[in-house]
Amino acid sequence: MSDTDTPPTLPQHRAGFAITGVPHAEGLAMTVLEIGDGTALTMIPYADHLVGDPETRIIHGGVVTSLLDNACGIAVTSKTKRFGAIATLDLRIDYMKPATPDLAIHAFCECYRVTRSVAFVRGIAFHTDRADPIAACVAVFMLNTAGRREVKP
Amino acid sequence: MNPQSVSPRAILTAAREAGTKPDLAALVAAIPYARYLGIQVDRKGTEITTILPFAQHLIGNPVLPALHGGVVGGFLETTAMLQAIFEVAGAEMPRPVDINIDYLRSGRPVDTYARAVITKEGRRVINIHAHAWQEEHDRPIATLRGHLLIPES
Repeated sequence: MSDTDTPPTLPQHRAGFAITGVPHAEGLAMTVLEIGDGTALTMIPYADHLVGDPETRIIHGGVVTSLLDNACGIAVTSKTKRFGAIATLDLRIDYMKPATPDLAIHAFCECYRVTRSVAFVRGIAFHTDRADPIAACVAVFMLNTAGRREVKP
Repeated sequence: MNPQSVSPRAILTAAREAGTKPDLAALVAAIPYARYLGIQVDRKGTEITTILPFAQHLIGNPVLPALHGGVVGGFLETTAMLQAIFEVAGAEMPRPVDINIDYLRSGRPVDTYARAVITKEGRRVINIHAHAWQEEHDRPIATLRGHLLIPES
């Protein structure tokens, strides 16, 4: 990708910054690390309020769901280069291994196909090694929802 | 009693030894992320309904506004886990293997409810379905299908 071809993003999705204006993403301190042409790399730091079992201190599966859902959505926006509202149609998550306490969780999602109405996305959640995922997902998003209203960037 | 001092495993073990059903309200209170979301449990005999009271930090789309897809997913996953714990008396929490969430309607900024039904209880894996609704039970906002692994005990 050339440096003049920076993909457009919503104002709340700036690479290198925590997501703002999305309350639940803020609650998880979700940060966008990289945005490409149809790809998004996001991260949430380990936090005590995200734990699913205080004994093992493993992060709750729902947190991984939120992270992947949000990263998939950013990947879609970066691919369509449109700011129309999108909505998750379905999301499948396979849990490969429990997350390790105290480590940040990253999500890398790729929007690999867009049609007029829908976008297809796949992604993984991992700590540091993409070849050793915590979870994998596939998702389908509806494009231009909310009465096809365009959301101003 | 401070719920943070009780582990889910202690609650499950106590119920198992007493030959009673586990205290699901105590259980959600012992799960930090469930507590963060604000999940409550309403048990009428063997019928369990989970409640997710609306709160600002659950919002994923502030324009509509709508609940975060990850919140709805995490809520359904927790509902499925609680149903499995209630029906399958184990000493350990079941672990999700895979989940598939269908988003049917946008989650409006009101209270959400959910129930889960075990479709098949295998020796090691449970197949479970869950659905979430808001004002009308016949108009679900999301459904979940998934498999939970029963840890050997």
